[in-house]
Amino acid sequence: MSEVANPRFSPGDKVRIANANPPGHRRVPVYARGREGTIERICGAFPNPEELAYGFDGLPKRPLYRVRIRQTDIWPDYKGSDKDVLELEIYEHWLIKA
Amino acid sequence: MATTDPDAHDHHHDHDHNHGHNHSHDPIEVAEGAGEYEIMVHAIKELLIEKGVITGEDIRKTLEFMDTRTPALGAKVVARAWIDPEFKKRLLINGTAAVAEMGIPMGDAELIVVENSKDVHNVIVCTLCSCYPRTVLGLPPDWYKSRNYRSRVVVEPRAVLKEFGTELPNSVTLRTHDSNADMRYLVLPERPAGTEGWSEEQLVAIVTRDCMVGVAVPKAA
Repeated sequence: MSEVANPRFSPGDKVRIANANPPGHRRVPVYARGREGTIERICGAFPNPEELAYGFDGLPKRPLYRVRIRQTDIWPDYKGSDKDVLELEIYEHWLIKA
Repeated sequence: MATTDPDAHDHHHDHDHNHGHNHSHDPIEVAEGAGEYEIMVHAIKELLIEKGVITGEDIRKTLEFMDTRTPALGAKVVARAWIDPEFKKRLLINGTAAVAEMGIPMGDAELIVVENSKDVHNVIVCTLCSCYPRTVLGLPPDWYKSRNYRSRVVVEPRAVLKEFGTELPNSVTLRTHDSNADMRYLVLPERPAGTEGWSEEQLVAIVTRDCMVGVAVPKAA
């Protein structure tokens, strides 16, 4: 891991996860694609797993964020508290300002 | 383990699946002899050694190291955090650095510690595979890797927790953490009432693996 020099997003920012379905090794679960949430924290910069998976070096490193999404925004008939959230890690190139 | 493991029951494959319980799950495969994946693992291992990428010694040492990783390590981290507020602060800010203080390496991954309180409960999953804080907790239990747990705990976490005997009132916010990329997660449970004045060793004993994955909470009794 290394520090992110110029993060595009800061904690609290509203973001949307791209609703894309590119082929290949992606670490964005399908349930999260197209969902809106807020940046919970910046995790650091890591080699891009989408490149690492195919034998490349994954460089330059990509900023990784934790995104907090309301469960009711993912599952319309979610059973629980309206405050329940799901948090997951999303690389910057999958995030769009919301 | 029947109370904590949705998939732990005797399973024989010489019958159909209408066998008296009404939950659906994938068959639990117990291969006789080497299965396809096992053969593949051996083939890749042999190739890596043959090409000089790693040595047999490297593999043996890694396995030896993994054998020393158990939930007792995580329990020590939790008990220390309960006793030492300054350590707890460092643990929540930078989990990787804090566990390194206790001689626990994270390897290539980073550790995020999420804290339970009377208002917030945390539970960990890896929906894409079975990422788990192995250097802190050892190998993951089979249920953690099961499709049943991995798919359901994101959709209906409260129902899954209830199956583990953990019933949360709606006044408690539930945070489900999908370790889908480079971070690993450890739940810091709330120190239970009735443990005032306990020694660190006594505290360690009540912190189970399931508490640190977030499907259970520690009990004083």
